[in-house]
Amino acid sequence: MDLLSNLGLGFATAASPENLLFCLIGVILGTLIGVLPGIGATATIAMLLPITFQLEPVSSLIMLAGIYYGAQYGGSTTAILINMPGESSSAVTAIDGYQMARQGKAGTALAVAALGSFFAGTVATLLVAIFAPPLTIIALKFGAAEYFSLMLLGLVSAIALAHGSILKALAMVVLGLLLGVVGTDIYTGTPRFTFGVTAYADGLNFVALAVGVFGIAEILRNLEGDQDRTVLGTKLGALWPSRSDLKAMFAPMVRGTALGSALGILPGGGAVLAAFASYTVEKRLSNTPEQFGKGAIAGVAGPESANNAGAQTSFIPLLTLGIPANPVMALMVGAMIIQGIVPGPNVATDQPALFWGIIASMWIGNLMLIVLNLPLIGLWVKLLKVPYHVLFPVIMAFCSIGVYSVNSNVYDLYAVAGFGLLGYVLLKLRCEPAPLLLGFVLGPLLEENLRRAMILGRGDPIVFVTRPISATLLVLTALVLVVVLMPSVNKKRAEVFSESD
Amino acid sequence: MGSVNRADLSAGILFILFGLVFGVSSAGLEMGTGLRMGPGYFPMVLAVVLTGLGIAIAATSFRSVDEAVGAYAWRGMVFILAAPVFFGLTVRGLGFVPSIFATTLIASLAGLKLKPIYAVALAAAVTIFCTLVFSVALGLPFRRFGPWLPAMGY
Repeated sequence: MDLLSNLGLGFATAASPENLLFCLIGVILGTLIGVLPGIGATATIAMLLPITFQLEPVSSLIMLAGIYYGAQYGGSTTAILINMPGESSSAVTAIDGYQMARQGKAGTALAVAALGSFFAGTVATLLVAIFAPPLTIIALKFGAAEYFSLMLLGLVSAIALAHGSILKALAMVVLGLLLGVVGTDIYTGTPRFTFGVTAYADGLNFVALAVGVFGIAEILRNLEGDQDRTVLGTKLGALWPSRSDLKAMFAPMVRGTALGSALGILPGGGAVLAAFASYTVEKRLSNTPEQFGKGAIAGVAGPESANNAGAQTSFIPLLTLGIPANPVMALMVGAMIIQGIVPGPNVATDQPALFWGIIASMWIGNLMLIVLNLPLIGLWVKLLKVPYHVLFPVIMAFCSIGVYSVNSNVYDLYAVAGFGLLGYVLLKLRCEPAPLLLGFVLGPLLEENLRRAMILGRGDPIVFVTRPISATLLVLTALVLVVVLMPSVNKKRAEVFSESD
Repeated sequence: MGSVNRADLSAGILFILFGLVFGVSSAGLEMGTGLRMGPGYFPMVLAVVLTGLGIAIAATSFRSVDEAVGAYAWRGMVFILAAPVFFGLTVRGLGFVPSIFATTLIASLAGLKLKPIYAVALAAAVTIFCTLVFSVALGLPFRRFGPWLPAMGY
C-alpha cells in the first residue's frame, strides 16, 4: 500500500537520530516557553524561529512542529494550574481544568489533557497522511486564478473567526497585505515603499514582523498591570486518572477528535473554534450538564482533544496548498520560504522525505510530549513560579539575537521595535494581530497570482468566474462574507454591547 | 448619547493614516492596466480599501459605547523597544558580548521589581549563556568583541 510505504519513508526520516533530537528539543523548548506565563504558542514559535534556520530544512520544520505542540501543551498546563490560558484555544480548558485543580485534582486534569491530546494527535496524524496526498493531486491542477480565489477564501475565513469587530479584522488583513508587498516588485524590479532603505528591498523581514507583533506586543501588554501571578498550591493530587475518570473521558475524547479534525482544516483558527464547539457539544450531550464549569472531566477531555486534532489537521492546507490556516501555519510558511522550499502541492512530489517526515514527526512529537511531560509536570509547576520581571529581559535578549541571526541585518532589529510598537498599539485598540500576519504572508502570493491570472485571462477578470474551481471558491468566499455581515450576527454583537452596559 | 468608542475611533484613524501613506506612495509608482498591472496597481487598490475601512470603523465608533483602552505601559515601551534597537546599533561596533549584556540590562529596566544588582547578574548570566549557545555551539558568525574596543585586540 502506498500509504504504508509513504509512512515508512516518513518514519525513517523522522526517526533518524538527529531529527529525533531536534524533535525532542523542539517539544521541550515549546513546553518550556508555553508554560512560562504570558507567551502563547504563536509568540513562542515566532521567537524560536530563527534558531531553527541553521538546521537542515527537514530538521528545522520538525523542530518547529515540535515547538508548536509543546507550546500548545504548555498552554494547557498554565490554563489548568493558574487559570491563564497561554493560547486562545486552551481558554476552554481553563474553565473546567482550573476547577479540577482547585478541587485537588490538578494531576488528573493534566493527565486527561495529555492523554486526550495524544489520542487526538494520533488520529489526526493518520488523517493527514490519508487525506494530504489526494488533495495534493487536486491542488496540482490549480492555476493562478484558483490560487487567488483560494487565498481570498482563506483570508475572509480568517476574518470570520477572529474575535471582535469584523471591520477591524478586515482592515488588519488589508494592512498585512500592504506590509507584505513592501520590497522590490517581482515583475519590474521597482522598489516599493522602502523609503530609500536598501535593506528593505527584499521585503520586510517576516521574523521581525512575527516577533514584534506577537512577541514584543505581548510582553508590553504583560508589563501594563500587576506582574504577579498566583500559582495554585503545589498539591497536584494523583496523576493517573482513575478507571471511572478514564471512562468519563473516552467518549468526549473521541467526539472532540472528530470535531477538531474536521474544523482544523478550515482556514482561520479552526483549533479555537473546535475547542469551543466541543465544549458546547459535551455540555449538551452530558447527563450532568450542571457539572460543567465546576470541574467536569468531559469539559477538559473534549476541548483538549479537539484543539489538538485541529492543530494537527491544520497542516493539511499548508502541506497540500501552501496556504496557512492559522498564524502558526503562517509562521511555518515563512520558515519554509526562508529554507528555500516553496510551500505547495509540489512539496509532496519533489521532497517526499520532507513531506512524510513532517507528518511522521507529528506523531513522534506527541508521543514524546506524553512520555516527557507527565513525569516532568512537577518541574513545569516550578517554572510557573519564575517571576515575570526575570523572564522578559531574557526573552528580549533571545529575540534580538534571533532576529539578527536570520540575515545579519541590523535593520531587521529596528523593524522589530517598530512592529512591536505597532502590534502593541493595535492590541490596545482591540485589533487582533492574527489576520495581519496571515495577510503579510499571503500578500506577495496574492498579488503575483492576481497579476498572472489577469495576464493569462488577457486582462479580463471574467477568468475568475469561468474556471469552475475558482468560481466555487469565490462563491464560498462571498457566502462567508454574507454570513458574518448578516444582520442577525451583528445584532448579537449589539446585544453583547448592551449587556456590558 | 454623545458617547464615542475611543478604541474604535483611534483604530479607524490609524487605518486611514496607513491607507493614505501607502496610497500616496503608490501614486508615485506605475499603475499599468488591468492586463499588465504595474507595481502600483495592487497596493493602490489595497490602500483605497484600507482607507475606506478606516473611515467605516471611525464612523461606527460614534454609534457605540466607549471601551476603556486602559493604561499604556509607557515605561515598558521605552525600554523594551530600545533593547533591540540598541542591539542593532552596537552589535557590529561593540561586538556580540558587550552588546547583548547591555541589551538585557536595558530590557530589565522595563520592570520596576528587579533590583539593580540582580539585573546585572541576570544580564551577565544571559550573556554567558547566549555566547556559549549561539557563538560557540551554534557557531553563528558574530564578532564577540568589536572594533570599538581597541583594548580587546581589534
